[in-house]
Amino acid sequence: MRYVEEYRGADEARRYARALQSLVTRPWTLMEVCGGQTHAIVRFGIDQLLPPQITLLHGPGCPVCVTPVEMLDKALAIASRPGVVFCSFGDMLRVPGSGRDLLSVKAAGGDVRIVYSPMDALALAERLPEREVVFFAVGFETTAPACAMAVHEARRRGLRNFSLLVAHVLVPPAMEALLAAPGRRMDGFLAAGHVCTIMGMEAYEPLARAYRVPIVVTGFEPLDLLQGIHMCVAQLESGRATVENQYARAVRVVGNESAQAMLREVFEVVPRTWRGIGPIAASGLGLRAAFADWDAARKFDVVSVGGREDAGCQSGLVLQGRLKPPECPAFGTRCTPDTPLGATMVSSEGACAAYYRYRRFQSPCPPTSP
Amino acid sequence: MCLGIPGEVLSAVDGPLRMGRVAFGGVTKDVCLAYVPEATPGDFVVVHAGFAISRVDPEGARRVFAYLEEIGGTDEVREGESR
Amino acid sequence: MSADLALSCPMPLGRHTTVQLAHGGGGRLMRQLLEDIFLEDFRAPALAERHDSAVVPLGGQRLAFTTDSYVVMPRFFPGGNIGTLAVHGTVNDLAMAGAKPLYLSAGFILEEGLALDELRRVVASMREAARECGVEIVTGDTKVVDRGKADGLFINTSGVGRVLEGVSVHPRRVTPGDAVLVSGDVGRHGIAVLSVREGLAFDTPVVSDCASLAPLVEALFEAGVEVHCLRDTTRGGLATALNEIALDAGVGLVVDEPAVPVDASVAGACELLGLDPLYVACEGRMVAFVPEPQVERALEVLVRHPLGAGAARIGRVTEGPAGMVSLRTRLGGQRLLDLLSGEQLPRIC
Repeated sequence: MRYVEEYRGADEARRYARALQSLVTRPWTLMEVCGGQTHAIVRFGIDQLLPPQITLLHGPGCPVCVTPVEMLDKALAIASRPGVVFCSFGDMLRVPGSGRDLLSVKAAGGDVRIVYSPMDALALAERLPEREVVFFAVGFETTAPACAMAVHEARRRGLRNFSLLVAHVLVPPAMEALLAAPGRRMDGFLAAGHVCTIMGMEAYEPLARAYRVPIVVTGFEPLDLLQGIHMCVAQLESGRATVENQYARAVRVVGNESAQAMLREVFEVVPRTWRGIGPIAASGLGLRAAFADWDAARKFDVVSVGGREDAGCQSGLVLQGRLKPPECPAFGTRCTPDTPLGATMVSSEGACAAYYRYRRFQSPCPPTSP
Repeated sequence: MCLGIPGEVLSAVDGPLRMGRVAFGGVTKDVCLAYVPEATPGDFVVVHAGFAISRVDPEGARRVFAYLEEIGGTDEVREGESR
Repeated sequence: MSADLALSCPMPLGRHTTVQLAHGGGGRLMRQLLEDIFLEDFRAPALAERHDSAVVPLGGQRLAFTTDSYVVMPRFFPGGNIGTLAVHGTVNDLAMAGAKPLYLSAGFILEEGLALDELRRVVASMREAARECGVEIVTGDTKVVDRGKADGLFINTSGVGRVLEGVSVHPRRVTPGDAVLVSGDVGRHGIAVLSVREGLAFDTPVVSDCASLAPLVEALFEAGVEVHCLRDTTRGGLATALNEIALDAGVGLVVDEPAVPVDASVAGACELLGLDPLYVACEGRMVAFVPEPQVERALEVLVRHPLGAGAARIGRVTEGPAGMVSLRTRLGGQRLLDLLSGEQLPRIC
């Protein structure tokens, strides 16, 4: 595949690794914000190519991990209603709410369906006029324009049996929350490339300035990540702290203006609670009043129920980069992908699951044997 | 987060919702092109959840390799070099 | 900005009291289900062997015996349907025990309201598939259940075959140093089924690899290739089959990721849906474990056959730790190729 394969070359990766080797003079800790990057790092074994002085932390860039339990409980309540077709990306089906997940609602007879795009859910609503089709709108700035378009189209086509359960979150406020928190461990950030294709890079300038931290907008292929790491370390080594763009083939400084216009028309900025971080002001998107009729939370009047906590789960610290998954006492013993204590172990991109699946043999716990 | 895959625009149809066929290494899919009004057949776009979110800039695509040349990512290790 | 960070995480859903879909996904939960319930209660030695078929003595011969049920949505997919799957799948399980498949039974559970035309098409495909495989469907059964009690049509096929003279293929025979071969590119069937599923469909359907492996296995033995173990890579794909063998044989495996053949369409679809092709189901592919000196000969035989044209050597057997399958990534890094927890789901994030 063009624009994929050429960024997975082993030779170039080794050359980047050697260039990093000769660049780095002291320990640095970088955080990749985006779960997709975490995934690529473990899938390709990129961290094994890095000099030992460079530590990567995995940030809260996975909607599966940061969607709070009360939002999941709303989803579960709506999905359990008779007559509802509940559509979701595959990512959300195994994330536990209070004692259940969407897969168990499906097992109990709920009509829960995996779709690739919110437009597929919209097409279902057109095909099934007697059913209520609800789409679980999770994700960051990258996914929000897709959901905005779906609801905008629903209004244009007069589809009253379609609605969104909106859980969208915004990246820069979460990055600021991490930077402002005590015990900060990261020296630099790899910012999420696809979020920036939509929003551009301007939101990061004030963060880089105020917190004296380099931020490099980075892509998702191995060479993208290695270059992003190199650019970030080069800034740190020379004492600079600016916003740079590694992912120039997809990210413009101003972002995607037509997607931004659609976001402004459909959504407004609202406060959001993040799982593992807590409430963050102005860190989410909610439907504007003009689209209230397509707001599933209002339509189904879902009252949230609090989630039961597990004191053993440290995913909050993991999401903030204050703990690496193997440092958690429950990792690989009480907490595995089969018995997850938290979303970071459930999500295919969750930092804990990624570590468990790809790197377990380097941690003290032995592989499971029958 | 945000799996975005580059694909080649094969065709585009303008209408109330700009749609088009996009090829990803041997499979094609109907994709919404509303957010990439500038993309035409032959262009590559990054697709996420059924939407093209950005046109791939071939010039920008070369930078990963240009940067590698620049930093002297040669085949032999250079000791103690830092920029 | 509040510095009080909530560290709340709900309790997991670890101890299941009811059957979950993931119990059938071919991953870790399925293995647990087999161990905790079935192997515990049915204690026949042949069952404990955990092979695709049981091999039992019968009048001086060795009989391979297997059964499998088929539930697939959609029932018709590019390259086959539930009927062809029911014949090929059971024939393949016999072939994996080194047997020549002979006779099949076919049991049908029909839901009230299923179109007879559809049933006719499925049965015709089964007849055709059986003819191609050189097996006979010699007995059967039909039950009809109320509307809503079955998803249209379920099929069970059992099969018997004669284990070839002097042949013994079994996980126990896998030895450190053995090479791991795969008979062709992986992941076609799973992507074919997904590619016509509502909400995920592609405009260019990927064609399933659904086929009988019996001729390929027979060709190997006819050429006198020494084969230690065979396993068809069905549910859970190549990665799951390799994990099962590693656990059952008590060995480790090292797999070379770039060596695993994946068709461009399958690769594209997997990138798009966020799936790992190594975990996507096949229905006409197998892995073969052969001693190092036999590799060249085995590959020669495989690629000569149309079904094995894409055969490749993908890895080798190590001392262990038992059950550890590790993957050398294309960048030279290493990662664990683990058993999945439940089914692989398409993702966008």
